[in-house]
Amino acid sequence: MKPAPFDYVAAASADDAVRLLAEHGDEALILAGGQSLVPMMNMRLARPTVLIDINDCDEMKFMRFEGSDGFAIGAGTRQKDILNSAEAKAAVPLLLKALAFVGHQQTRNRGTLGGSIAHGDPSAEMPLAAVTLDAAVTLRSSRAERQIAASEFYSGPMSTERRADECLMAVSFPHTPGAGTGFHEVSERHGDFAIVSAAAEISLDGGKCTAAAIGIGGAHPYPVKARKAEAILIGEVPTDALVEAAAEAATDGIEAMDDVHATAAYRMRVARVLAARAIADAIAGAKS
Amino acid sequence: MNEPAPNTRYIARKRRTQEDKRFVTGRGVFVQDIERPGMLHVAVLPCPYPRAHINNIDVSAALALPGVHAVLDGAELASATNPLYGGLKTPGVKWRPLAFELSRYAGEWVAAVAADSRAIAEDAMELIQVDYTPTDPVIDPEEAYRSGSPQVHPEHGSNVLYDGEFTWGPVNDDFAAADHSLSFRARWHRSSTVPIETFGAVAEWDEGKGILDVWASIQMPNYADQIAAAMGIPLNAVRVHQDVDVGGSYGVKRGIKHTVLIAYLARKLDRPIRLIEDRLDNMGGGDAHGPDRIFDTQVAYNSDGAITSLKIRALDDAGAYPGRGPFQLGKPIAAIVGPYTINSVHYEAISVTTNKTGQVPVRGFGQAPTNYMLERAVDKVAAALGMDRIEIRRRNFIQPDQFPYEQPSGTKYDSGNYPAVLDKVLALADFEALLARRDDIRSKGRLAGIGVATCLEPGGGNNMFEYLMNPSAEITTFMEGAEARIDAEGCITGVMATTTSGQGHETLVATILGEALEREPDDIRVIHADTLTAMPTRSPVASRMAIMLGGAISGAADKLKAQIMAIAAHNLEQPLDQLEYSGGDVSVRNDPSRNLTWNEICTIAHKQFHRLPDGASPGLQAQHVWQVPLGGQLPDADGKVQLYPCFSFQAHIPLVEIDPGTGKVTILDYFIAHDCGTVINPDIVRGMIMGGIAHGIGAALYEKFQYTPDGQFLSATFADYLMPSTFEVPLVKDTEHCTPSPLTSHGQKGSGEGGYLGGPAAVASAVNDALSVRGLEIDQLPMRMSIIEELLNGTP
Amino acid sequence: MKPRNISLTVNGTERFAEAEPRVTLLDYLRYHLGVTGAHMGCEHGVCGACSVLLGGEPVRACLMFAVQAAGKSVTTVEGLAGSDGEPSPLQEAFRDAHGLQCGYCTPGMLIAAEALLAENPDPDETEIREAIGGNICRCTGYVQIIEAIQLAATNLRKAAQ
Repeated sequence: MKPAPFDYVAAASADDAVRLLAEHGDEALILAGGQSLVPMMNMRLARPTVLIDINDCDEMKFMRFEGSDGFAIGAGTRQKDILNSAEAKAAVPLLLKALAFVGHQQTRNRGTLGGSIAHGDPSAEMPLAAVTLDAAVTLRSSRAERQIAASEFYSGPMSTERRADECLMAVSFPHTPGAGTGFHEVSERHGDFAIVSAAAEISLDGGKCTAAAIGIGGAHPYPVKARKAEAILIGEVPTDALVEAAAEAATDGIEAMDDVHATAAYRMRVARVLAARAIADAIAGAKS
Repeated sequence: MNEPAPNTRYIARKRRTQEDKRFVTGRGVFVQDIERPGMLHVAVLPCPYPRAHINNIDVSAALALPGVHAVLDGAELASATNPLYGGLKTPGVKWRPLAFELSRYAGEWVAAVAADSRAIAEDAMELIQVDYTPTDPVIDPEEAYRSGSPQVHPEHGSNVLYDGEFTWGPVNDDFAAADHSLSFRARWHRSSTVPIETFGAVAEWDEGKGILDVWASIQMPNYADQIAAAMGIPLNAVRVHQDVDVGGSYGVKRGIKHTVLIAYLARKLDRPIRLIEDRLDNMGGGDAHGPDRIFDTQVAYNSDGAITSLKIRALDDAGAYPGRGPFQLGKPIAAIVGPYTINSVHYEAISVTTNKTGQVPVRGFGQAPTNYMLERAVDKVAAALGMDRIEIRRRNFIQPDQFPYEQPSGTKYDSGNYPAVLDKVLALADFEALLARRDDIRSKGRLAGIGVATCLEPGGGNNMFEYLMNPSAEITTFMEGAEARIDAEGCITGVMATTTSGQGHETLVATILGEALEREPDDIRVIHADTLTAMPTRSPVASRMAIMLGGAISGAADKLKAQIMAIAAHNLEQPLDQLEYSGGDVSVRNDPSRNLTWNEICTIAHKQFHRLPDGASPGLQAQHVWQVPLGGQLPDADGKVQLYPCFSFQAHIPLVEIDPGTGKVTILDYFIAHDCGTVINPDIVRGMIMGGIAHGIGAALYEKFQYTPDGQFLSATFADYLMPSTFEVPLVKDTEHCTPSPLTSHGQKGSGEGGYLGGPAAVASAVNDALSVRGLEIDQLPMRMSIIEELLNGTP
Repeated sequence: MKPRNISLTVNGTERFAEAEPRVTLLDYLRYHLGVTGAHMGCEHGVCGACSVLLGGEPVRACLMFAVQAAGKSVTTVEGLAGSDGEPSPLQEAFRDAHGLQCGYCTPGMLIAAEALLAENPDPDETEIREAIGGNICRCTGYVQIIEAIQLAATNLRKAAQ
């Protein structure tokens, strides 16, 4: 499986990368970790005529707090580095829980946050974490820079709002001190993409839920923020019955797919099971 | 390991495997490492339709691409080569490397490009224009069995390749007399052993000598024969280099169509040609899928647990190009009653073609699915009677004093002690504690189960299943040959006649030679002859090499020893019974100062003809070719015949847990006791057990080649076809027992298939035990998460 | 698209060859440099047979283009031997424990184990599984591989004392 021929350019900076994108338009693709893109190129499912390598763009590799309630991660940051960062763990614990399920050591050594977010596999863990927390995705073109909410970024399998001349620069996650988190997924084998997954971040105050972020991955053509489930919990004391009701509502609006791994019916049932577990974990971990 | 210390120097002792050195240093030479001057690279074009008429192939644009040397289509190849070998007598079923006129499965190769690089060949492939008329395929094997379904091979006239019945013993009487009977369907879905190295081959035609040289990642009998037959050249015009390291095979590395394709191109272009399957080529188009079988079984049994008779109908989907695949219905006749004293069997075996990838022999050659079905039968009888699954097996075991035991189909099991092996695994597992562990998990709201499987591994090989299914194939020879030489400097070389794919054959040969000659095996070189210089062989199939190669090299060693002793007797002027052989030196009994050293004997043999006994040949070399024990007869009038000679046995006990919310199965622990007679190299045998179990876990829980109802192939990549990683295979705990075979050189039996033959049955037993608390059962493999969850939580 | 001159350090030696951008690091090593220890199993990043160390970290060589490794340092199984050319303690442990059969996945396993032991001289069973979790073996069932890595860790710790 050899890729179709292409020209290769190593971008020296983020601006260089977007300039190249502007120049080559639809014909160009950004190469970050390559763990998702190169298999597609090897199978000739992706056929860029120009490949723009951003691995040397150090300015896109960062992890830092933004004020007191945000944590920004550069698109070129390696998954391995996020996993090893105590700061990231304190800032966005849900993201690190998700990362523990992503691939294997070898893929995490090269894979980046931005690559996974931009690729948009409906089963991928990082897009789910981003959608659940409604992180802000920064896109830059040679014309402008803009932010788009993660919950609005995806529109289908591998289909995002990124325009052909835009490069994903960073993802800003909300930092919610004291929140509890839960991440559950099911896959046939350890490290596979999830067949279905659920993420939750819950804040409690005086026993009542003050904030809830819930997301389902792998069931719908893209990760979905379970707003109905969130609404059930917010402002209430999370009893077992309420958690069950929220989990039931977590698949609201989801149109699951049959595929080689599982049926749509399986995805729907198990999404609710995992949502209940993720919510329960988040409640257990939240500071009251 | 808890057997007493062996009284041997090298056999049965922990020793390093010689081959390991080159592999850990990255110096294995696999077919992808072979470079021949001027070599061209091939890519193949797959058909997207499950069944289609090929109207026209336009290769002009592909040929025009710089770097492309040839584009081959099915018509050109069909005009110059013969169809490939098929095991059954089905002349209307023609298998060719490239589809000719009709393409028969989604993924079948219809054209091939030879170019300066694989990348250019793939570029050219995209420029080939094929005009197809797709037609309705037949995908479901039961539909294929019915008349009126679209014919995969119209010239054959139906989709039934084979439909035969065998009755051994008084089946109807036994069913009538039995207290009870039950019936069930068990489904072994299509999977395969899928090595990490794909199939590949390099072919080069030497016009000067008229020799076709082939290097390949190969594990099969009669490879050179099939190449020669397809190419229409004499068998001794083909030279297969058998010293290529093979990156795993477990039965499936048989790339005949690949080899004929490149052999033709090599001759046409007068260049060496290389075809290495990429993973997409391999999964869909390599014709390396395994058994795909529906068992409908009836069991007659009594209230005391005795199982008296079986009626088995096995329908197997061989895909579009069956090759030797259908014989995987015949070989299990060797152990059709498993380790049990079942009195009679009716066996109907049906092989059909469908518009799917072709089937190839897979590890066990059909015994793994058959053992799965047999163990389901035993577990179901136990459940019906409310009897413990261990108890019912004890009740039905062939007893140690009954060997050699003739089972109803005419095969005698050589030796065994099934109760002792079962006792050992139960002790290893601390079975009472395991039960308590299971029950503790259950008490916490998860599902848990313990599996029991007691299964046979026939070993040694014997082709009579082929005769049973195709009486025109009167092939009773199933041999193995080897050579051993001691050179003028006293160095020992063993020569084996076939390839190796991880089983440690070089170590096997060196160990046995070393044992016989009392010389250090690590100093013994073992090489693989090519097919022009090799002794007769039937290749490493049928769990036969420890038995057959062991016997061949042992026979050669005995002949060498006799030559050495004759030289010593002549020169020491003593009769043989007055001589002592020790470590290669020979001395006079009671007068050790009169002796000849190893080196002196070698010098005499090679250089001092005047000191040789009358009639002795110069040098020290011996060949030995021998027939499989108990083999060589045709079946009797009742259709009974000895199949394989030796029977290894295993008892598996896994503990599994199932998440009731997701259906996910986790194997928490796994215990096995195995008996393969004398163990020649403990680490090699242990590796076979462990690796076989991992294959078994894959077949039981994860692996399935999937097709849509209209014939599209869904399992083309490793993201779709899931194989166990280290996380899915527990640290299996093993112990062994030894009932030597009376038929082999050192009592050894086969162990190359082992864990795979009982693993799927064992995991199925455990999952069913777990599901039994909900009154559910599952009789299909793989038992995937979504299927189990659907059983547990789906709408009834 | 045109071939370009790529140079990188392989097993401590600077190597040069011309290759198109689309040539993967795996194919570059194997066919342009003749360093054949890393093996092709899937070309889509699942099986791990192609694993090499890039700057000391295990990566899948089938998912990188050679041009991306220009100027960097790559270690393959051939580079694991000691400075005397003899198999390293890790390689010897794989022999002692028979942590292989056909040898095809073995280079990838050794690369993963090498990286693990460099960072963690006393890994437990879970950590070993994590390290080789992305390497598929069809021969061994992983048991003897894990035992080999445990043996290597023990032997290396003893030697360090």
